[in-house]
Amino acid sequence: MERLEVLKTYKIYIGGKFPRTESGRYYQPMNGNGNALGNICLSSRKDVRNAVVAARKAFGDWSGRAAFNRGQILYRIAEMLEARRGQFMDELQQQGSTRAKAEKEVNAAIDRLIYYAGWCDKYVQVLGSVNPVASSHFNFSVHEPMGVVGIFADADTSLIGFVSMMAPVIAGGNTCVAVASENLPLCAVTFSEVLNSSDVPGGVVNILTGKQSELVKPLTTHMDVNAVAYSGSKEVFTEIQQDSVLNLKRVMHFEQDWSQSNAQNLYLIEHFQEVKTTWHPIEDIGGATSTY
Amino acid sequence: MTKRNNPITLPDFSKSTRVDKVGVEERVSRFQKRSIKGEAKLQGLKMALNMIDLTTLEGKDSPGKVRQMCFKAQHLHDVHPGLPTVAAVCVYPSMVGIAKKEVAGSGVKVASVSAAFPAGQAPIDVKIRDTRFAVDEGADEIDMVISRGKYLAGEYNFVFDEIATIKEASGNARLKVILETGELVTLDDVRRASDIAMYAGADFIKTSTGKIQPAATMQVTYTMLQAIRDFRLETGIKVGMKPAGGISSAKLALHNLVMVKEVLGNEWLTNDGFRFGASSLANDLLMQIMKVETGIYQSSDYFAID
Repeated sequence: MERLEVLKTYKIYIGGKFPRTESGRYYQPMNGNGNALGNICLSSRKDVRNAVVAARKAFGDWSGRAAFNRGQILYRIAEMLEARRGQFMDELQQQGSTRAKAEKEVNAAIDRLIYYAGWCDKYVQVLGSVNPVASSHFNFSVHEPMGVVGIFADADTSLIGFVSMMAPVIAGGNTCVAVASENLPLCAVTFSEVLNSSDVPGGVVNILTGKQSELVKPLTTHMDVNAVAYSGSKEVFTEIQQDSVLNLKRVMHFEQDWSQSNAQNLYLIEHFQEVKTTWHPIEDIGGATSTY
Repeated sequence: MTKRNNPITLPDFSKSTRVDKVGVEERVSRFQKRSIKGEAKLQGLKMALNMIDLTTLEGKDSPGKVRQMCFKAQHLHDVHPGLPTVAAVCVYPSMVGIAKKEVAGSGVKVASVSAAFPAGQAPIDVKIRDTRFAVDEGADEIDMVISRGKYLAGEYNFVFDEIATIKEASGNARLKVILETGELVTLDDVRRASDIAMYAGADFIKTSTGKIQPAATMQVTYTMLQAIRDFRLETGIKVGMKPAGGISSAKLALHNLVMVKEVLGNEWLTNDGFRFGASSLANDLLMQIMKVETGIYQSSDYFAID
């Protein structure tokens, strides 16, 4: 008897769980050959709502963890991705990539996670400063995570864009709601399984699939989202900027080829940090010659 | 607070109606499938706001904390005009005087927990003094706990007498009787304790202290609502219901209102018939109200801490 193939149900990822979209809808993105990639959840604004609630709930614990621990967990994500490289390469090829390109993309994604894992317990020292002031204060600035970040992942890549935008956000202690590439969603969905088995607390990364045009509004007007990262057209970004005025979200527009080795740097972490400056009253230190 | 004119025959509480747990769960799950949208939702949210007993019952409660809560009770979200106040503030007896002064003239009532809340492990004369103190300080409502240990030992008469005694000590204050259903465990016992409380003179029956889990599950509230309905049919007296503990979302509050309407009817849909014992519920209701009116999802950053 011929065996029936067991097909995967592509679900979204909210609060460490894999629900279907509350709307019950799906869509079928096509690959270059005109074949449907699968039945993908067509998330609604209520999924956005649920995901933001989950991200907010996770924020206190995640941002409060020791930086070293966050680094370990990011490293663990890379380990889990390494272990599943075959699956990701298959999915990339299914979505129109060649084998060689697929392998390169998975390698780049793993390396990117390692890169940001390393930064977790270092960026505060590098970005922070002790500031010269003309009074008896010890004045210093430290970087703190902004909170919940909305991410619209790069539309043209399935894995590397998503990983490159998400990793610096969570490395900096934020939690996020990430919307996968509309036409190439498979790797983001599968990445949720990697996250789920990597000691990442539920809610730190929430992943939605669906139409960007439908999800931009609820996510960028949401008063409980503190920043938005967007990779895509200028027109949509203008709309995002206007909506973000409501609670003065930090907005970032990326137009870059995420597969390049220089598409990773410390400032991608800094974009999603708030600087806190403290004026700590002291007696004069170091006498009259001191600058701080 | 209906006057009891007719003599009421006391039933044998050991023969209280038994509860079909599976049936209750089935029925309760249906209350959660109603779709309430738009204007109806808005009215429901505002109704729920007006039914809240805004509560602080912590060992660390201070006059400042109580004053802040009393202010919140009267100014839920001044950015949005036309909102109701909550029904009452609920505090420990030692804080009643402060709360009473803060809410004077606003229509917000002051409820005090009593009878050696939350455990109820004290002799009756202490419980009477506890209650009289709260009433003398100006409490409009008394939330007493029953002696669960005695109840579970089968001493129903003891529990009945204790409630009746506290009722007497409460004078004109409205008496809410806390069953602490999380310690009673079974729905049969929730039903029996409800019956005992109502026949002993409760004006409201209340699920929990908020100190024990599980607290106000919909199954428990449904069982108590049924007891209230049957008591009304039997005696003609309207007793109120107060689920407390664990109701922190607007959605759950609306489910509860649907349940009250379908079990008891519109007569109970005011804060004379139904209350929510909660603290964080108020902000979620406010956020939902603002969401309905503006179309934008809200953040707790923009609502007062309670």
